[in-house]
Order: sequence, then structure tokens, then C-alpha cells
Amino acid sequence: MTKRLLTAALLLSVSVIPAFAAKTSLVVGMPIEPPGLDPTVAAPVAIREVTWVNLYEGLVRIDRTGKVQPLLAKSWEVSPDGMTYTFHLQEGVKFHDGSTFDSADVKFAFDRARDPKSTNAQKQIFAPITAIETPDPATVVIKLKETSGNFLYYLGWGDAVIVAPETAAGNAANPVGTGPFKFKSWTRGDRVELVRNADYWQKDKTKLDSVTFRFINDAQAQVAALKAGDVDAFPNLGAPELFAEFQKDARFKAVAGNTEGEIVAGMNNAKKPFDDVRVRRALMHAVDRKALVEGAYSGFGQPIGSFFSPNNPAFVDTTKVIPYDVEKAKALLKEAGYGNGLSITIKSPQMAYASRSAELLSAMMAEVGVDLKIVPTEFPAKWIEEVFKNKDYDVTIVAHTEPLDIDIFARDSYYFNYKNDTFKAAVAEAARTTDEKARYAKYAEAQKILAEDVPALFLFQLPKLGVWNAKVQGLWENSPIPSNDVTEVSWSE
Amino acid sequence: MLRLTLSRLVSLAVTLLAVSLAIFLIMEVLPGDPAAIMLGTAAREDTLAALRQELGLDQPALVRYLEWIGGILHGDLGQSITYKMPVATLVAERMNVTLPLSLLAILISTALALPLGVAAAARRDGPVDRAVLVFSQLGVAVPNFWIGLLFILFFSTWLGWFPAGGFPGWSAGLWPAFQALLLPAVALALPQAAVLTRVTRSATLEVIGADFVRTARAKGVDKGGTLRRHVVPNALIPVTTILGLQLSFFFGGAILVENVFNLPGLGRLAYQALNQRDLVVIKDIVLIFSGLVIGVNFLVDIGYALLDPRLRGRS
Repeated sequence: MTKRLLTAALLLSVSVIPAFAAKTSLVVGMPIEPPGLDPTVAAPVAIREVTWVNLYEGLVRIDRTGKVQPLLAKSWEVSPDGMTYTFHLQEGVKFHDGSTFDSADVKFAFDRARDPKSTNAQKQIFAPITAIETPDPATVVIKLKETSGNFLYYLGWGDAVIVAPETAAGNAANPVGTGPFKFKSWTRGDRVELVRNADYWQKDKTKLDSVTFRFINDAQAQVAALKAGDVDAFPNLGAPELFAEFQKDARFKAVAGNTEGEIVAGMNNAKKPFDDVRVRRALMHAVDRKALVEGAYSGFGQPIGSFFSPNNPAFVDTTKVIPYDVEKAKALLKEAGYGNGLSITIKSPQMAYASRSAELLSAMMAEVGVDLKIVPTEFPAKWIEEVFKNKDYDVTIVAHTEPLDIDIFARDSYYFNYKNDTFKAAVAEAARTTDEKARYAKYAEAQKILAEDVPALFLFQLPKLGVWNAKVQGLWENSPIPSNDVTEVSWSE
Repeated sequence: MLRLTLSRLVSLAVTLLAVSLAIFLIMEVLPGDPAAIMLGTAAREDTLAALRQELGLDQPALVRYLEWIGGILHGDLGQSITYKMPVATLVAERMNVTLPLSLLAILISTALALPLGVAAAARRDGPVDRAVLVFSQLGVAVPNFWIGLLFILFFSTWLGWFPAGGFPGWSAGLWPAFQALLLPAVALALPQAAVLTRVTRSATLEVIGADFVRTARAKGVDKGGTLRRHVVPNALIPVTTILGLQLSFFFGGAILVENVFNLPGLGRLAYQALNQRDLVVIKDIVLIFSGLVIGVNFLVDIGYALLDPRLRGRS
């Protein structure tokens, strides 16, 4: 009450000042607190959602449409054989501690990531590199051992941001980058505060003076914080059942976009009966994806037929390859020798989307005579141990949130236990191909192979349910890369 | 008195040691590799091995246990795996929330329960007694986190009197911090207050029926005087026991309430650490919680002796 009176008094006294200046601070809500603020030493998405392009910058960046754009490298050339990349760096760039950014920092950052002792979660980005040369402070030459169609794209990820030798070791607690915002404070368990970097190399690029990331795990608490005005934006709301309410509320803007996360019910392809493609296809035919999205995610989320994000320009729609068809499912099961029924289990983690989907899947499977028993598991700890490492499961369900990760189906030791040489060859060639069109064609081929071979039940793309104050502009609708890029955010007056 | 204190102190130390061993063993058998959780599903085997070595997870279990206990005896709680900072700093930050929250809740709970319980017992089956019974029945039945959700809906979303969760920090001023703690403290206190009210009521009723109370009344002491001088002091002994036992509920309940109100306290830290298998943090927090509960029960034991002169001679 006192607060209200104070606010009222304050408003009265302020209203004498002519015109209303637009707000320059933003409070962004996130479900999970990042463990540390260094994206180059740990995998969690939350680290990127605070730091990527806000605090740290890479040679290049991914824009809101998923395309590669220059950042610390203003331009680059690729040699005709595709094995040598020459980057021309921005000059006059400074780290937040005042030290100058130059080619030595790039070499340091990438050598640190490649080092045998490195704990970079995406070390394979740097695997093709054979040498990094720095002919002068504004030029970096990177030599590869094989051509790589996605090398530039990967350099736009959080795992490849440029850090300085003087400060890299302390970045987890006290991050120092070159970005438009500087680290101010971290109240662990509650919030991270960033402030405008006055010496930022792109003058006047950002309109905000300060950004606060607040960590609110409980979905109800997220909604309450938005409605009470404690938080200006929740780019990834955890409560799909309450999202529609925000869509009707003029005070808010509610945008349903796509993430890079595919929700799939992975199957143990080495284990009977999943080693039989007829069984896998039958199970896919039994799934009504539309009903699943409706029940598991309140109708938000695009059904998928393969393992590729609709955000990606190489995406092809494969949902028609094995459509919902109960009769066909029954026929295929009969053909495979399971006409009298089949009893299998699904290890389902605690996330709402997973347990809801598992329940719906179980009901859909019952329609075709398959008894799908739900066995709860705990994500990440227990799931990684049981399913991912020990491969002790029939069917499981998780969202794979990394961008461009179709190659997980080409990894021998991955938990799907899936081996398909044609697919492996297609993915490997796509990764090697530097010509854009040819690469997209190869990825399309790979997507179709998965759609027909069904190593996992492809369900739907995890949506990005963004809710923010209607006056906030410039937040991303989709997330082609895990991030909360606030560099272009402003308040309308 | 001294012998009692000493013997209680020895049993306190032994209990803590047993607790530390139990926590360590439980964390050993609990599935989940902290390195794999930190690096996600894309990490390569050599990267995982590098991180395990960095975290000291490649050492034998006995070495890790001794290092942990040895560190604690030297006042070093170790380094958090996920936050990459000293656990002591983390815990100290979080204590600033959990300790005031629990104390406030205990205060509210006691301030509600004692007068209500005594008032109910003083006029058994009267309207006050009936009302108190209904209140305590409800309080026992309704979980604290649900009360918390209702409070947020009513006081924060609807009335806008309180923030809908979160904690501005003590640096933001005494009033904003207190404001952020008040609703969670009430939510935490109500169920415990209900239990305490019932205990106070029945303890008071038992004493009221005792012979010495009748004697006091027969001697001509008025009703209020009997209550104050003879009944309440005697009824306090079982009430203190329950209050001591409830302390573990206040800390345990803090885990749920802190999550609902999004308070950066020890309870939420414990919950997050368990999810992320931040083994160092979990072990330390469980030990600290156990230490607090054991320590408070030690104080309660000593408190008996002060309340009940008959206990002073015994050990």
C-alpha cells in the first residue's frame, strides 16, 4: 500500500517534467538460472540466454532469422579450396576491462577451446582447425583440415565467443567480453544485472541502459510476475495453458514462435522390437501429432516428421511421409509378428511437455494394441545416466534443443543406437559442402531418410511462447539459437 | 547442568559425523554424473574426462570423503561445481534469506499458536475453542506451498500489495526486504501454527485438570492468575518440545515455499543443486540443515532444564 502511495506521489511530482521519456531499463524473466556466465566451458542453454551477444561477441553472429552476420569480423574470405578462412577484424574494439581486442585474442580463445584440457561443450566446432595465424592485429587466418559447410555458422554460437587471456579464467563469475552490455552484479538464485557499455564499438547501437535477468522457475510465479509488472518480458513462458490468456490481454504481446528444440520419442534401435523398421513405422503411424500438440502444449508447437528445425532454411516438411493411420499401424504390427499385441515402456522425465506427451502416446498406442507403460525418470541426472549413457530403455522422450543437430543420428555411441550408413554419408557430405544450395539439398535428403526410417518418433517442435509488455519492441519471435538478444530492444513512448 | 551440557554436546558431534557419512554415501549411489550434466549431450568423451579431472571426481570415494570432512573442519566448505565459487559465500548469501524467513515464520507461528491454544483451553467447547479447532484443522490439512500460491494470487496479482515473489536483497532497504519475506513467512507459519495451537490447547487442558490447579483454585487464586502462574508454565514444556521438532519443518518447508515465492534462499539452492547434481553444495547444505536442527534440539534440551527445575539435577 505504502509502495502505491509512494508511486502515486512520485508520479505527481514527475508529471511536471515535460513529455514522457521512454523507459531505458528492461527486466527479462527466465525459467532457469545459468550455472556460471561462461558459455565456452559449459552447455546449459541458460548461460547463452544471458550472455550471448549481450555480454560476449563472436567473430560472427546468428541473426533473428538464423543467418550468419558479421560481428567482430567485419568481413572474411574463404580460399577456393574452402580450407583457409581469412577474417578481417573490427578495429577499436575494447573488452569491458579496457584492454584492446585484436587477432591475438581470437587465437587465444580458439586455442583455449581446442586444448585437450578444454571443457568446451561443442569442441567439435574447432575440430577441423589445424592452425590459427595472426599476420597482423586486425587479421586472423584459420586453416582447416577438411572443408566445412557450417564452420562460419558454428562460429556464431556461444561456444565460440571471443574471450581475453587476462580474464577468461574468471568469466564464469565475472564475465568480461566485448558486447554492448557489461556485467554489473549477480544475486545468485535471483537475478543478473547488466549495464550499458559506454565504450561499445558500435556507438548508439543499443537503446537500453540496463538489463536485468530474473530467474523464476515456477510457471505460476512467472505469470504472476508478468501480471504484477515485476518482469517486463518472459521470452520463454513455461505455462502453455496460460499463454492464450495473455494473447487476449492488450497490455501484453504474446508471440508463439519456434525454438531449435525437437521433441522426439527416441527408440532403442538396437533392441527388439525396435530393430524392425516395420515396428518403428507402425508406432509412428499410431501417433496423431496434432492431438498430441493440443494435449501436451495447448496447441502451440509445429508437428514435425523428421529432425530439423522449421527455423532453418534447409527445412523440408516431412509430416506426410508417415501420417496418422491406425489401420496401417495395425497391419504393419501384424506383419512384423506383433498382431497379438506388444508391451513396451517409455522412460519419461519430469518436464511437463514430456510427461503429458508420454500419457497421450500411451493412449494412442493402446488404440493399435501396443501397451506403452510409463516409467518416470528424472532429467537431467538420472536420464543421462540410465538412457543416454547406459542405453537402458525402450522408448524415451526429450527435446533436443541444440541448433542443427541432425548429426546426432549419425553418432554411433548416441543413445538411439541407430546405424544407417546412407544417412551418415548424407549428413557428412552436407557438413562438408560449402555451396549453400547443394548443402541444403543434402540436408533435405538426410531429413527424408530419417522420416522414412523413423529411428525416433518425431513429434513436434518445442514452441517459444514469448510474452512481453506491449510497449517493448525488438525481442526475437523465434529462437534460431538459444539467446535473449536484447541489443535491439527499446520501449515505445 | 554442566554434565548434561557436555553429554549433549558429545552426542551432537557423533550425530553430525554419522549424518555426514550418510549424506556422502547417498550422493555416491544417486545416479547422475555432474560433468555430463554440465556439458550436456553433445560433449565428447575426452571433454567429459577433462572436466571430471578438473572437479576431482576421478579420485577414489574415501579420498573425496576425507577431503570434504577435512575441509569442513578447517572451515572450507569447498567449491560449487555449477556456480564455480566458494560454497561458504553462496551459503552465507542464502542464509540472509532463509534465516530471517524461518525466524519470522517461527515468530508468527508462536505468536498465533500460544494465545489461541491457551484461550481455547481456558473455555473448553466455547465459541473460541470451536473456532480455533476449525482453524487448526484447516491449517494442518492445507500444504504451505498451496497457501503461498493463494497469497500470491490474492495479495500480489489482485491487490498489488506485495511483490509476486523474488527478493530485492537487504541492500534495497529493510522495508522492501521485509515485504518480500512476509507472505512466504506467513505461508510457512500457518500449518505449523495450526499444529502448535493444537498441542498448546491439549497441553493446557491436561494441566488445567491437574490436582495442583484445583488446589490453587481452592486456595482462592482467581482463574486468570491460575492460568498465568500455574497452568501456562507447566504446559510450556511439551510445547517447547514440539517447537524444537518443528524447526526441521521450517527449514524443510522453506524448500517448497522458497520455490513458490522464488526466494533465493538455502532451500532453493538445495533444490537447484540436487537437480544439477552439484554434489559439493548438496552435501554442505544437508549437513548445515542437519547441524541447525541438531543444534536447536540441543538448545531445547538445555531449555527444558531451565523451564523444569527437576531436570537440572539429572544428566
